[in-house]
Amino acid sequence: MSQQSDLIASDIHAYLEQHERKEMLRLLTCGSVDDGKSTLIGRLLFDSKVVYEDQLAALHVDSKRFGTTGGAFDPALLTDGLRAEREQGITIDVAYRYFSTAKRKFIIADCPGHEQYTRNMATGASTCDLAIILIDARHGVQTQTKRHSFIVSLLGIKHIIVAVNKMDLVGYSQARFEEVVDEYREFATRLEMTDQRFLPIAALPGENLIHRSTNMPWYEGATLMHLLENVHIASDRNLIDFRFPVQHVNRPNLDFRGFCGTIASGRVRRGDTVMALPSKRTSRVERIVTFDGDLEEAFAPQAVTLTLEDEIDVSRGDMLVRPDNLPNSTASFDATVVWMADAPLLPGKDYLIKHTTRITPARVTTLRYRMDVNTLRREPAPALALNEIGRCRFELAQPIALDPYRRNRETGAFIIIDRLTHVTVGAGMVLDATAAGDETNVWDKPAATGLEQPSSPVSSEERAARFGQQPATVLLTGLSAVGKTPIAHAVERLLFDRGRAVAVIDGQHMRLGLSRDLGFSADERSENLRRAAEVAKMLNGAGLLCIAALVAPHEAVRRRAAQVVGPDRFFVVHLDAPEAWRRAHDDQGVYAKADSGELRSFPGVSAPYEAPEAPDLMLLTAELSIEECARRVVAMLEAKGVI
Amino acid sequence: MTSYNLTHLQQLEAESIHIFREVVAEFSNPVMLFSMGKDSCVMLHLARKAFYPAKPPFPLLLIDTTWNFRSMYEFRDRHVIGELGMSCLAHVNEAGLESGITPFSHGSKAFTDVMNLGALRQALDKYKFDAAFGGGRRDEEKARAKERVYSFRDANHAWDPKNQRPELWNLYNGMIHRGEQIRAFPLSNWTELDIWQYIMLESIQIVPAYFAEERMCVEFEGNLIAVDDDRTPKALRDAARPEWVRFRTLGDYPLSGATRSHARTLQEIIQEMLLATRSEREGRTIDRDPGASMEDKKRQGYY
Repeated sequence: MSQQSDLIASDIHAYLEQHERKEMLRLLTCGSVDDGKSTLIGRLLFDSKVVYEDQLAALHVDSKRFGTTGGAFDPALLTDGLRAEREQGITIDVAYRYFSTAKRKFIIADCPGHEQYTRNMATGASTCDLAIILIDARHGVQTQTKRHSFIVSLLGIKHIIVAVNKMDLVGYSQARFEEVVDEYREFATRLEMTDQRFLPIAALPGENLIHRSTNMPWYEGATLMHLLENVHIASDRNLIDFRFPVQHVNRPNLDFRGFCGTIASGRVRRGDTVMALPSKRTSRVERIVTFDGDLEEAFAPQAVTLTLEDEIDVSRGDMLVRPDNLPNSTASFDATVVWMADAPLLPGKDYLIKHTTRITPARVTTLRYRMDVNTLRREPAPALALNEIGRCRFELAQPIALDPYRRNRETGAFIIIDRLTHVTVGAGMVLDATAAGDETNVWDKPAATGLEQPSSPVSSEERAARFGQQPATVLLTGLSAVGKTPIAHAVERLLFDRGRAVAVIDGQHMRLGLSRDLGFSADERSENLRRAAEVAKMLNGAGLLCIAALVAPHEAVRRRAAQVVGPDRFFVVHLDAPEAWRRAHDDQGVYAKADSGELRSFPGVSAPYEAPEAPDLMLLTAELSIEECARRVVAMLEAKGVI
Repeated sequence: MTSYNLTHLQQLEAESIHIFREVVAEFSNPVMLFSMGKDSCVMLHLARKAFYPAKPPFPLLLIDTTWNFRSMYEFRDRHVIGELGMSCLAHVNEAGLESGITPFSHGSKAFTDVMNLGALRQALDKYKFDAAFGGGRRDEEKARAKERVYSFRDANHAWDPKNQRPELWNLYNGMIHRGEQIRAFPLSNWTELDIWQYIMLESIQIVPAYFAEERMCVEFEGNLIAVDDDRTPKALRDAARPEWVRFRTLGDYPLSGATRSHARTLQEIIQEMLLATRSEREGRTIDRDPGASMEDKKRQGYY
């Protein structure tokens, strides 16, 4: 800053010209309570001379009252604004700080590190270009580090600086720095982050912030300030997809009808053909009006007023787009939701959503899963509580024009508003339904086009005659350790001994091979059953009987499996036994693992099991021998005319 | 080739315009709180840009303590009403006025409570405004740093810092019940330097008191103040002496601290500001109450 001061004193013209060309960068700082976040910000402000003497004097008074540095200068107190927070010694809300250098104006969203404030972090992150994630070099990657990194990636922040702080307290050890970096990298492979940088700092003495540290000669990278000034952010904007949500119709007199709005993404030129959504009427841009004169071309995020050549009906909440580059117009979509209210999000409840400039009634029809932000695991949940994150299905009364959040932050984001209290209760980010790995529900996904079902020269009649049986699939469904696998194999033995051709599909076999990539969330269990059903269909197609032993906890999913196999050859056998009996027969110890939390989303313990509504056969396995159970399954098949 | 980049001021301008249009589209009876200071002038300029070629579709409201600098009233009548054609409301707390309260007799806190805060609440109740634009900036003060762009106020105009609505992206939640209001702050992300630079770049007219000239000044309550009219007590008037001064913030003249300066152009003002070591609000007597004074005022309905 001293060079800046010289320039201000000697040549204010040159200084101002420099400052007229500045870019703006919004950044987020996150870290646990003691990682030194407030100290870092205080340092940046102090060293950039944003702190005036009178504020500093007030700070010294405060340092004596609230300081944690034993009366010495505590830069953290510069940022801990509200009284209640100062007294508790923690920042409890998002506070915004400002400083400038010759190259950029910076807006810092100062977010709390406290355990329960996911909502504040999401709020701060929503507008940021870059995040600084602070890690205490002594403690390494903490649960909160993971949580914060996940939220940062979820909110679509493209640039991450991982600052390993308090290097002075670990003897400026390069080995320790690299250990922390490796630890972070290993965890972060599971997140979507494009630009990650690692930096060793000591915030309290101000090392590697603005000035290079002489204590860490082994670090050859840039200082924090250098990174902040030079990270390339201009190309982060979407300048491809023209989206213009209409904010306000400006009609000062009968001769002028302008559509005011901020260009959410893309560019527009005078004369361009545009389409209004939802009406799909098209016209051409007549003028791009601004107070400073008409423009030939405008781009995101400029705020302009467009007039059209034709009098088409356009009002607030509509969106102008290009007819050859349309957003999705849909009344139902999946979104990631960050819940921000004390009252939980309940599937089936009606809310309002504000998306671009439109407020629409919306219902959350399905809560697909909750995300454990500490482990990144998906788990089934009946509701989303404050600070929880989950994936939901939304149904609207009217279609709206939207894009996936990953592609377009402006048209992929929405807030959820309570209809009665009018409070903002959640934030949503529209998901791309076709993104690989994101959508595990492939039941409805059409197969690639141009494929044909090959027809076999061996007819099903020939097979039935050869094997002396009609092909069929028996699903043995029930909770873990109820006896599915032993009974399946007993049925197999009985049928085989009677000369029938039979195969068993077992849940564990599926997981060992075909479904090795799947976890145990409701969605992934559903996908596992879908694959099992496709295998059963092939086995049946080859004329075989198929006994499938799977937990298959959801009625709707079992019904879909029946559709795949063919409802007339799909039989459901429900196996049931008291919990104590199942636990006593649990040879693999899965219940103990479910109790301890090692196995999550475990039906019967931490996830629901829906009993079949109308099973073809019910077996109370605690009261019957395995052989008796097997005999009853075979008897059922005889009664159905299968064998 | 077009660069498709905006400077920080262009970006701030676009964001402010967005806020103006959102409020006008979503509220039925908005107003702009207009103090006649430089931030108000920038706010008005941005509003004119937002609705061009129409005029801003809302009135301005001056909370008139009757103690502003004379040049401020003159500026409003000549420029804001005369040249810009804006409709300007003014509200005075008549009961306060009749009680004889003055900044000299009752001190800054009591005076401001009655003639500013009290009058503001009266005016908002009288006109039933559901949204009020204010010129507050987050860089001004620690309590402001946590303020939302849309600041929710209950039916008693109170601000509850622990119970603010989360504010994400540029999706402002303007849904309120009858009697509740939103204070909207289009300048939230502007800093003092941004304001001055923008005034210079856009040639925005401001009250002459921002520029240095020789004024009759005297010490009062720890500030150097200008003797703007003969309501200043005689003892103070007698002690006044000519000084080259300007004002970094303007309000009631007895409560606005002057800065010794010879800066007569915007560039000189910016130069002085950048080299200064004392903050802008320091001259405001009301900000120097002990502890988190601004926070208390906001809780009671200050903007």
